[in-house]
Amino acid sequence: MPMTITEKVLAAAAGKEGVKPGELINAKVDLVLANDITGPVAIKEFAKIGRAKVWDKDRVALVPDHFTPNKDIKSAEQAKLVRDFAHAQELTNYFEVGRMGIEHCLLPEQGLVGPGDVIIGADSHTCTYGALGAFATGVGSTDLAAAMALGETWFKVPESMKFVFNGKLSNYVGGKDLILYTIGKIGVDGALYKAMEFCGEAIRQLSMDGRLTMCNMAIEAGGKNGIIQPDEITRQYVEGRTKRPYTFFTSDPAAQYSEVFEFNVADIEPQVAFPHLPENARPVSQAGHVDIDQAVIGSCTNGRMEDLRLAAEVLQGKKVHKRVRLVIIPGTQEIYRQAMREGLFEIFLDAGAVVSTPTCGPCLGGHMGILAKGERCISTTNRNFVGRMGHPESEVYLANPAVTAASAVTGHISHPGEVL
Amino acid sequence: MSLQGKVWKFGNDVDTDVIIAARYLNTSDPVELAKHCMEDGDPTFAAKVNTGDIMLAGKNFGCGSSREHAPIAIKAAGVSCVVAKSFARIFYRNAFNIGLPILECPEAADEVNEGDVISVDVGSGAIVNQTTGKTYQAVPIPDFMRQIIDAGGLIGYVKGRVSQDV
Ligand code: SF4
Repeated sequence: MPMTITEKVLAAAAGKEGVKPGELINAKVDLVLANDITGPVAIKEFAKIGRAKVWDKDRVALVPDHFTPNKDIKSAEQAKLVRDFAHAQELTNYFEVGRMGIEHCLLPEQGLVGPGDVIIGADSHTCTYGALGAFATGVGSTDLAAAMALGETWFKVPESMKFVFNGKLSNYVGGKDLILYTIGKIGVDGALYKAMEFCGEAIRQLSMDGRLTMCNMAIEAGGKNGIIQPDEITRQYVEGRTKRPYTFFTSDPAAQYSEVFEFNVADIEPQVAFPHLPENARPVSQAGHVDIDQAVIGSCTNGRMEDLRLAAEVLQGKKVHKRVRLVIIPGTQEIYRQAMREGLFEIFLDAGAVVSTPTCGPCLGGHMGILAKGERCISTTNRNFVGRMGHPESEVYLANPAVTAASAVTGHISHPGEVL
Repeated sequence: MSLQGKVWKFGNDVDTDVIIAARYLNTSDPVELAKHCMEDGDPTFAAKVNTGDIMLAGKNFGCGSSREHAPIAIKAAGVSCVVAKSFARIFYRNAFNIGLPILECPEAADEVNEGDVISVDVGSGAIVNQTTGKTYQAVPIPDFMRQIIDAGGLIGYVKGRVSQDV
């Protein structure tokens, strides 16, 4: 029976020859993950199950990244609960402040997720790891608690949608633009319950950082997972990094898709998603004149090395507009150190930006750059819902790091070409 | 399980940040969360919703974050059931896992008005608008989800399994 990569990964984890869309399966999970918001709820639910220990102390990752370094007493209590549990359970993969990062930047970097894995995380952007050819999806805390006890979970095998990206990418167009463009085409529920498989010439040329960005936002179209078939770029990324054995799965040529979309990427400009939904994507040339108060470069979507390098390229020798705050947040300690080594901080600081320790921070309106009533922010994050970054009457515009950096310089939403 | 309550109506793509804003996620206490339920969509909601009321919404209800705090806030606010055209998948799982019944019924989502009283039979998916007399049939809950409900949520279900294999 011909299968898609998603079906093959799930079949293997369920110990079956094959699976079909719609089928309910019990699948073994390779890693489960929670953070400082979802972790406390999962830990409380886990306690009710009546198992003293998690199923495997090497395969439960806890990353306090959302409200850390803790922003207030309540969030400190939440983080403490997670820390105490991690220590009591002797978890190998608990990441303390100073050794951590935003979960979806951190786990691939640390080699904790790999091709062919099945991963669930109590965080909706767990779908990021599909970039490595894994099946990864977000769940709630109770599902996570059950998986912490059992090492398995149930899934309904999703139908797959195929997105073929042909052609060559234009300057300053990357994974972020491809995914915003796609969500703009199909809508925020366009892939509801489905697997989004990204392929084509433009994907084959996309770096791992760009692929992680694309799969990260599958959830923004309602997708269950985003996935990219592993290739040479994947091999280079995982070799010497991924800590467990891995398997490269590929889709069969005759595999069934519920829908197939083909895009010519040469037609795609840098995109900006207007408030208050990621589907409100339009080419930056059609953004009109939108003044901004703040710009944020970071998050699990665009807080990686390639993103920071791109921002630095645009900001080199420039100054942030006097009305604008530019907040730059490297995704992990590793990325922070590398950016420092490459001299990127010098460029950022010269420009008048602030560089933060790794944290989710403003992405979810936590801390480190909350918006006042009526303020506008251009951001490399993934959601622009009402109140996402602060006051319910503030606005968030989503874009790639080059557009965000350029806009910080001009003070309004701008194509990088405007400042270079 | 049969429920009856007054309807509060919402639009499409109600996201988890609207259901419970992240600024309140520094706690997981249901009572605290309930106070801020739907705040960024309708700041008066938490004060005016009564125990047993029913939320009715358009497509893709609960999109966005995986925060279980969202269905917890709705349940703790007193809402007995959510009927929508469709649900985002993580919200769908979470709602069943914590014991908040939810049903997909596009026709009811279109036709029932705010303030109408409806009754919902969670098991069969039958919905009756007591105000207009009109009846609707929601998409039946999959058998597997019903087992979870019968066990009192996912933890009850898993407990059953864990006690079998020790
Ligand atoms: S960076 Fe934003 S989207 Fe990513 S995990 Fe943190 S809060 Fe969620």
